[in-house]
Parts: sequence; structure tokens; C-alpha cells
Amino acid sequence: MKTYEDFLREYAQQNDSLVVMTAENRAAIRNLPPHLGNRFIDVGICEQTMVGMAAGLALRGRKPVIHALATFLTLRAFEFIRTDIGIPGLPVTLVGGVPGFLSDGNGPTHQAIEDISILRGIPNMQVFCPADAVELAAGIPSIIDSGKPCYIRYYGGPAVVDHQPFEYGKAEWLATGTDVALLSYGFLIREVMSARKKLEAAGYSVSVINMRMLSPVDEETILRAGRSHQLVVTIEDHFLKGGLYSIVSEVYMKYLYDHNWGSSETLMMRETNMPYFTYHEDYRLAKVYPIALENRWFKPALLDRVLDHEGFTGEKLAHRIQTELKQKSILPSKN
Amino acid sequence: MTPDKLHELESLALKVREHIIRLSTNGGCFIGASLSCADLIVYLYKEVLSVQPDQVNDPDRDYLLLSKGHDVPALYGTLAELGFFEKERLANHLHTTDSIYWHPNRAVPGIEFHSGSLGHLLSVGAGIAMDMKMRGKKNRVFVILGDGELNEGSIWEACLVAANLKLDNLVAIVDRNEFQANVRTEDLMPLEPLPTKFEAFGWQTARVNGHDFQALETGFNFLPRNTGKPSVLIANTVRGKGLPSIEKRADRWFVNFSQEEVENLLKELHGQAQTQLTSETLMVR
Repeated sequence: MKTYEDFLREYAQQNDSLVVMTAENRAAIRNLPPHLGNRFIDVGICEQTMVGMAAGLALRGRKPVIHALATFLTLRAFEFIRTDIGIPGLPVTLVGGVPGFLSDGNGPTHQAIEDISILRGIPNMQVFCPADAVELAAGIPSIIDSGKPCYIRYYGGPAVVDHQPFEYGKAEWLATGTDVALLSYGFLIREVMSARKKLEAAGYSVSVINMRMLSPVDEETILRAGRSHQLVVTIEDHFLKGGLYSIVSEVYMKYLYDHNWGSSETLMMRETNMPYFTYHEDYRLAKVYPIALENRWFKPALLDRVLDHEGFTGEKLAHRIQTELKQKSILPSKN
Repeated sequence: MTPDKLHELESLALKVREHIIRLSTNGGCFIGASLSCADLIVYLYKEVLSVQPDQVNDPDRDYLLLSKGHDVPALYGTLAELGFFEKERLANHLHTTDSIYWHPNRAVPGIEFHSGSLGHLLSVGAGIAMDMKMRGKKNRVFVILGDGELNEGSIWEACLVAANLKLDNLVAIVDRNEFQANVRTEDLMPLEPLPTKFEAFGWQTARVNGHDFQALETGFNFLPRNTGKPSVLIANTVRGKGLPSIEKRADRWFVNFSQEEVENLLKELHGQAQTQLTSETLMVR
């Protein structure tokens, strides 16, 4: 299997435009220095300067791929990203290491759990959240060739699913059901697949959608999930505000507005006791249940313990979703 | 420097200052910082930079980046006088029909990059310089920094990195007008001894009078090349230089003069009576 490093090495051999940079974080690129020569630049612990230099290199026709821990890259250097990369829309790929729960025992200083929120807020910024090493390697070519800035929420762990071919800006259906749609991204896909198994065993028909990219986001798939299930669940190691739950909410609100839901026409039908659902039903969307970090950082510990403590193991996710289905009387017929 | 050359530079600098003064009405501009580095920018374009109006995208050109950004009227004036764009465009200042506003941006021919947020362009310049090095090119990158801007930590981060990467094709120029926005640098955040600071970071330094073209010639010639070290030229300047009525005044940082004041300032620039300024001043801390 071709890895992320293999891709960068081969691409660099064929294109002198590729430059790999790091702010002393080599986990993802440790084998590249001997192959890249002076096109491998380690600036030391200087995230802002790395981003500014990447802009300068991009102005000269280079395609820098720059690495740092996700939290320091996206937060400390945020204004450099927004101002020097975002405003001119330069083709710089920002690779953030140990995002979300992957910072396990480091504590809140290292918890990049607002990265998607702030990065997707930059016009033209793409956001790619690979589920594993296979997806990372499959997605990186189209990211590099897009000629636009991109944030990669890096994860290079082993794959637990067989992926469909990577399609830029498209989500992937890993399982197709009719009751509940689980939407997620990144390494949590592993836990979500396990949650699906448990929910299916309990009698629910469950879809799993791997979002892959959160900007541009696959609105069509998000809408399809809402129209063909009773409940949509967003699962993410990110703050509730600004991540996938917010994205789904934005997509659904726009859809409902575009289809006149909640207009005076609808209200009139309610007031006159006309069955407004006949109007509504045409554009019905599932309820959306968010599983994310609500206004708090997570408890630092080894990853498996974090997942358990925060309720993100497959088992705990399944339990939380089942509880929600019962409490809100969604699909009361099951169980 | 020959008397003819000196006269040519002084005449151009005078025209650039006229443009700056004309930009200080109908919305105004950051006049103090523009006047302090007008001579620097004129000297760079006439004597140092290898860049032509009809070859603004030539990869072998020299680059000038204005990191502090407020001095962009001096750059607009110089670029217009040297034919990078039509002088008439300066009348579009602060109109949505053009892209001539209070900070530099790439939509204006000859301007390499945008700024406005302090402490960015030494890093961007280092990236450009690094690319030139990787390609074995001889062209250079010049970055004008404000002295107040040196408060930003990212400047010193970039100094470390540029020295470590041996970017001797990178030249920083500090417009040392001794003012932050509206407080004297040495009163708010003392910077001296400035050359020592840069030297300690692995840079070569020279210090000159930034309004004396002979001195600038000496200074730029002094900066040695191919030494493996980036260079910094500390140019001692006067904020508001050329207009005694606003020189070194803390409250004339950003100004929006009346048409009458502008006419009087143009006369003052040419050695006539000092202007009685009545328009609002900035609050000084």
C-alpha cells in the first residue's frame, strides 16, 4: 500500500514544486529528509514563521505541505493561516498532527477540538479528515492538485473498513440502513462502525457515512441522510459548536428555507387545523442528535480510557444513541 | 554619488511626498510613517531593486515587501511615478472601484503582497528568499519593517529562522522613526541597542540616516552579500519628514486633512510657510 510519505516522496521526485516543512514535528514525515534535500525544511518550533514562509514559497510557485501539532498549527498560527494563506488563497497544505482525542494524555493545551470550526471559516479553505492511513494516502493527491489551501486533520492509523475510491468533496457510505444514520469523520470511524454493529444487533437498521471532507462538504449526502432516516447522529471529537453538527444544521436550515418550510403558508395551515404535515412531509428531515464535546475539554488519559470516559467507544456510542431513540420516542416500535 | 543622481533622487522623493500629501485628505492616510520611509522606497526602486514596470512577474526580479503597511502611500507614489500604474489611479484612493486603500495589496501593479497585520512579511520574505536559494538564483528580497512592529514576537522568530537558513539574500530595513502608533518607541517599549539585538540573532547590521541618499548608498553598499547571513539596515528616520508642521508629532499618525490644509502642506513641502493645522488630531496616550 502506498503511504502518505510514499506519495510525498514520489510527488517530490516528479515535481520540484513540492516542499515539505515542519515546525519540529516529524512523526508523519520522518523518512523524507534524505529524499527531499533542501526541499525539506524544519524551521524549529516557529509555527507562525513556517506558515508565513509557506506563503512566500507558494508565491514563487511551490506547493508547501507543512506539519505541526494540530493545536499549535491552527491556533498559534491561525492569523498567519487566515491572513497569509487564506486571503490570497495560496496552495499550502496544512497538516495538523494528533487532533481531537488523539492528543490523549497531553491535556487541554494539546486538544485541537476547535480546529474544524475555525479552519472551515476561512474562505476557500478545504478541510480533509481522513479516517485512516489508506484514506489519507487516497485523498492527498487531489488535495495537492486542487491548487487551494487545505487543512488535513491528520490520522495515519490502520484502516478498519474497506474504502470506496476517494472522490474529492464526496462523503462515503460505509453501511446503508433506514432507521439511523451515523455521520462521522477521522479515526472515530473505527468506533462508529463498532457502534453500528451493536445497534444492528439491537434491531435497528443503521447507515454509516464517513464525511471525509468537511469543506467543501457533501451537502447532497447530508440531505439524503436526513430524508431517508428517522435520526441522524453526528459523532465527532470536536466542540459541539462549529463542527459537523453545525455543518449539518446549516445544510438542513438552508434546505428548509429554500423549500419554504416555516413560511407563513405553513403557519396558516397550522392555524386552520389543516394537516400541515402533508406540506411538511414532502421536505421532512430527520431529527439530528449531536455527539460531541459540549463546552468543555476532554479528560486527558490514554486514548482508550479517553474514549471510554467520554462515551465514544462503539459500545457507549450505541448505548447513547439507543437511549436517545427511546427518550425522544423515535422509532418506539423497536425494542 | 554624482550631483545629477542626487538631484534625480531628491526630485523623485519630492514628487512622492506630494502624492502622500494628496492622499491625506478625503478619508486620509497614515502620513507620518509614509513620509518617514519615502526616501528609502525611492532609493530602493531607483538604485537597488532589480524590477521593471513591464516585468512585475519576472521570477528573477527583486522583491520589496512592506511589512508595516501603513507606509503604502509612499509606495503608491513611487510606483505611480515610475510607471508601474497610471498616476490617475491615485485619485481612486478609498474608492471601491479600485484597490488603493490604507494597506498594500497585490491588486496594485508592483505590490508583491498584502500587509496590515504586523509581524508577517519577514516570514513571507524568508519563504521567497528560500525559494530563490533553492533555485540557485541571485535575486534578493527586501522587507521594510516598522520599528514599532519589532514588538511582535513573530519578527524575532523569523530572525532566528532566516539566520539558521543562511538567507543572505534577505534584507530587512527598519524604518527607525522612533514612533509606535502614537507613542515614542523608547517610552513604551525600548528597542535599543537595536543593532546588537539583530547581531545576536545572527544578522549583519548597518545603521544610516534614512533621509540622506549618500548615506543610503553607503549603507546598501556596506551590506555584504554571500556571507551566509541575512542583513538588516537600520534607517534612522523622522516621522512626517518634509513637513515641519507634523514632524515628530505623536498626534499626526493617521490624518484626514482638509483640502485647504493639503494645499498649504504642499507649499510647506516646497519650503514655504508652515501650515496652521486645524483638523482633528488623534488622541495621544
